[in-house]
Amino acid sequence: MRDILALLADFFSYPFVIYALICETLVSLCASLLGTTLVLKRFSFIGDGLSHVAFGALAIATVLKVTSSLPVVLPITAVCAILLLRLGQNTKVKGDAAIAMISVTALAFGYLLLNKFPATNNIAGDVCSALFGSTLIITLSPADVIISLVMCAVTVAFFVVFYNRIFAVTFDENFAAATGTNVKLINTAMAVIIAVVIVLAMNLVGSLLISALVVFPALSAMRVCKSFRGVTLCSAGIAVSTSVFGILLSIVIDTPVGATIVGVQALVFAVFFVIGKLAKR
Amino acid sequence: MELISCVNLSVGYEGRRLVSGISFRVCEGDYLCILGPNGAGKTTLMKTILGLLPPVAGLVSYGDGFSARQIGYLPQQSLVQRDFPASVREIVLSGCTGRMGFRIFYGKEEKKRADSAMNALGIASLKDRCYRELSGGQQQRVLIARALCATEKVILLDEPAAGLDPQATDELYKTLAALNREQGTAIIMISHDIGAAKRYASHVLYVGDNPFFGSAAEYAALESLSAGPGLQTAGSASSAHKGVKRNA
Repeated sequence: MRDILALLADFFSYPFVIYALICETLVSLCASLLGTTLVLKRFSFIGDGLSHVAFGALAIATVLKVTSSLPVVLPITAVCAILLLRLGQNTKVKGDAAIAMISVTALAFGYLLLNKFPATNNIAGDVCSALFGSTLIITLSPADVIISLVMCAVTVAFFVVFYNRIFAVTFDENFAAATGTNVKLINTAMAVIIAVVIVLAMNLVGSLLISALVVFPALSAMRVCKSFRGVTLCSAGIAVSTSVFGILLSIVIDTPVGATIVGVQALVFAVFFVIGKLAKR
Repeated sequence: MELISCVNLSVGYEGRRLVSGISFRVCEGDYLCILGPNGAGKTTLMKTILGLLPPVAGLVSYGDGFSARQIGYLPQQSLVQRDFPASVREIVLSGCTGRMGFRIFYGKEEKKRADSAMNALGIASLKDRCYRELSGGQQQRVLIARALCATEKVILLDEPAAGLDPQATDELYKTLAALNREQGTAIIMISHDIGAAKRYASHVLYVGDNPFFGSAAEYAALESLSAGPGLQTAGSASSAHKGVKRNA
């Protein structure tokens, strides 16, 4: 036990470890806030599709050798998010098919670009860390940290300010529109914010594992909570605690950060699932 | 006072006309039943009245100081709602979002509205229960209470009895009739239930090949004459219609 504490103390003497911990926790909090709505609207897969789009965009940024990938990746992902949410509204099948189509195209395109115009000698490593996240604690520049903090603050503020309207639109879009809520505005804003969160989360867990951050906290909370507010607060709590615990665990047992967090979240879901079943009896 | 009137209205979507020649009006305290076969365009008509779809042709107008936003709407239940984790109170309160303007949170007034709507529908004791654990009839009451939060003037219901057992259906109709009688809330209901339409409605609108609008008594008379619109061949119905319209 003392060894573990010494190891953690050693790690946390570096500021970049603390930065990473703060950013990752906040991003995972934002993902969980949006996750409740996405899961309830049957849009869980949008997170997945968008993360593949973000991977393609990241490949473009890598090939262009830009210093910061955000200005390239974010707009592309945001536009795709709006398109996907729009398509999803018409008919279910169309939206599903559109997501599948766009996400595989983006994946293929990204891999193709990275292979054809390699930015470094280690293509396999680049692709692997884009897909599954960094192998150990990520290194963030102070600029990255500030961007993440601002984006997270905007997301949380949006969620708090529009909380009641988001609830109304999630529960019943037609009713909300008929009684004068601006449903289109809320949906578009949600799409943009989902894109932001996914791009930020890409550093953390890699594009293949992002869906877990969006889906697991909400699904776990829905097993036990009976009100929307309860689900929201509970999933935020789950998100924060699992990502802190996951990061610490990954340092101690020397595993990839993203995969460890997702593993912890899957376990938490299993526990909540059992609790939910027992409570029903 | 007249709340909604439609003149020679055609409805449809994406430029496709589903049904035309609809004329009717709804006044304060009316109870209008909209009947018609599946796919005739009843739900589309409702969305047009609500201002969610533009009319293909014709006119929808609203009375003085009344707008489409003041119509409480009860859509057909969607799959999403059936296992939604939300308390009854949260859902009823969400009926108030349209009237909040630029305010962020619900104030005292909204909370009072929600409480009185829940009292009116006898679901005050359920307010902390989870929506997905309620019975179909209770869920409909919650949605009606939510609609009452948006307005007390008109409630529009799209096949509210779908999926309810006969007893729950009966209770639902009685609740609506009481709202209509005691609070003067006008009710517009899409239904398949001709019996209930004759028993509770003050007016009937038939949407289909030969549109009909008139009082429930006229509709019943017409029905006994020629089995009513929608139940017989088109020819006899149209001649019967003309007779009724001249009288009306």
